[in-house]
Amino acid sequence: MVVSTKMALDGAHAAARAMQQINPDVLAAYPITPQTAIVQTFSQYVADGEVDTEFIAVESEHAAMSACVGAAAAGGRVMTATAANGLALMWEIVYIAASMRLPIVMAVVNRALSAPLNIHCDHSDSMGAREAGWIQLYSETAQEAYDNLIQAVRIAEHPDLLLPVMVMQDGFITGHGLERMEVLEDSAVRDFIGTYKAKYSLLDIDHPITFGAWDMYDYYFEHKRQQTDAMSKAMKVIVDVGEEFGKISGRSYGIFDAYAMDDAELAIIVLSSTAGTARTSVKELRAEGVKIGLLKPRVFRPFPAQEFVDALKGVKAVAVLDRSISFGAMDGAGPLFLEVCAALFAAGLKTKVVNYIYGLGGRDIFPQHFAQVASDLQDITATGKVKSLVSYLGLRE
Amino acid sequence: MPKQKATWKETNIAGLVFEPGSSAEYHTGTWRTLRPVHDMEHCTHCMLCWVYCPDSSIIVEDGRWMAFDYDHCKGCGICASVCPAKVKVHEHTGKEGKVIQMVLEQD
Repeated sequence: MVVSTKMALDGAHAAARAMQQINPDVLAAYPITPQTAIVQTFSQYVADGEVDTEFIAVESEHAAMSACVGAAAAGGRVMTATAANGLALMWEIVYIAASMRLPIVMAVVNRALSAPLNIHCDHSDSMGAREAGWIQLYSETAQEAYDNLIQAVRIAEHPDLLLPVMVMQDGFITGHGLERMEVLEDSAVRDFIGTYKAKYSLLDIDHPITFGAWDMYDYYFEHKRQQTDAMSKAMKVIVDVGEEFGKISGRSYGIFDAYAMDDAELAIIVLSSTAGTARTSVKELRAEGVKIGLLKPRVFRPFPAQEFVDALKGVKAVAVLDRSISFGAMDGAGPLFLEVCAALFAAGLKTKVVNYIYGLGGRDIFPQHFAQVASDLQDITATGKVKSLVSYLGLRE
Repeated sequence: MPKQKATWKETNIAGLVFEPGSSAEYHTGTWRTLRPVHDMEHCTHCMLCWVYCPDSSIIVEDGRWMAFDYDHCKGCGICASVCPAKVKVHEHTGKEGKVIQMVLEQD
């Protein structure tokens, strides 16, 4: 039986609540807008004795991730949270956490990277970290941020994976927007995640072990191959954990959230909170007779290439919306678009795909933008021609 | 120590090392491009090379110079540099100079 409490929480407080219920051994973090509410709220839980966590208030994000790596190598269940420039400052250790196969879970509240200075939402921070070897889950709502964080613990610690997981939510839009959501019982969360016994621990003095040793040209390559092998096993684990989570919460999770895709000829692909606006727009367009659907990926790393191919079979034209730019990429496209194109090309599909960059630095996106996208997709299917591979939504031209 | 030349399926996860003190099993001598050679007849067993060797690759027994540990000697040449003993014709190189001289690894 599912027992939960309905609460009004913003995404940051929802994430902090998940962390409180997870009750990690160590949490090392540094506050940065718009993630601050997570660390601040969690430190209150520590002060109030509501968790057993060793909370390390570090001097920087580089130190935060370094402390997480040490604590995880010592065998602890470890979490942290950051955003934007904080994630950028962690960079070196973000890669090391993944390469050392330490199942750290990190909440990322997406925010634009400087410069110019901007504290609002886009995905330039976590998208930049897409090659770091972390599993990446994107959340549309506070509920999803909460649910994904709980699942992330199980995914990261799965013995086939031992990979760190980032759980994203959109800065301010989700992070600071109050939402009605359901919080599980503490005991349900703790039963779901179970206790963590690290296979290898620096503190196991009966079995001394060296982590992060010198690794030359004769072994480094093999260890990278192991890492990519673990990533290739992650999708199944993510799906299995998502289904199991459904049993305790009533909310099952998969790779995508598909809306009106069954008979869709046109499709919009977009991550995180913007999927909410997109869903409303798709509903309105459907009422006007436009055969359009929405595909919201939850998992970006590992990239669900085959799943995209399956989901887009029969679709004539696709618009991929990116909240970040891969500077210098083909036509200045975004990372989600580039990956979708690669997946479709490798599968031999000739679907027309176009890219829209939107929402940089927190720029709002409105239903009329989706009407524009739908109209462009209709033109493409009518003429068979793509006028603009990469376009901008909400930009003053 | 992981199995030598282990495949990616066999090698330890993340390069973890499970045996303490196992670095001796990693043969850094394979990095060497120059190789020290020694003339035993003219060696004074002063042990300056043993003192200076950064890789503990001078093997000594009962206070006498015995051998190089070529498994771990990286060929840095410090032993040859500090060696104070002279020879007219070196046992290995045939050249006049010090008791320890450096030759190309491939020779």
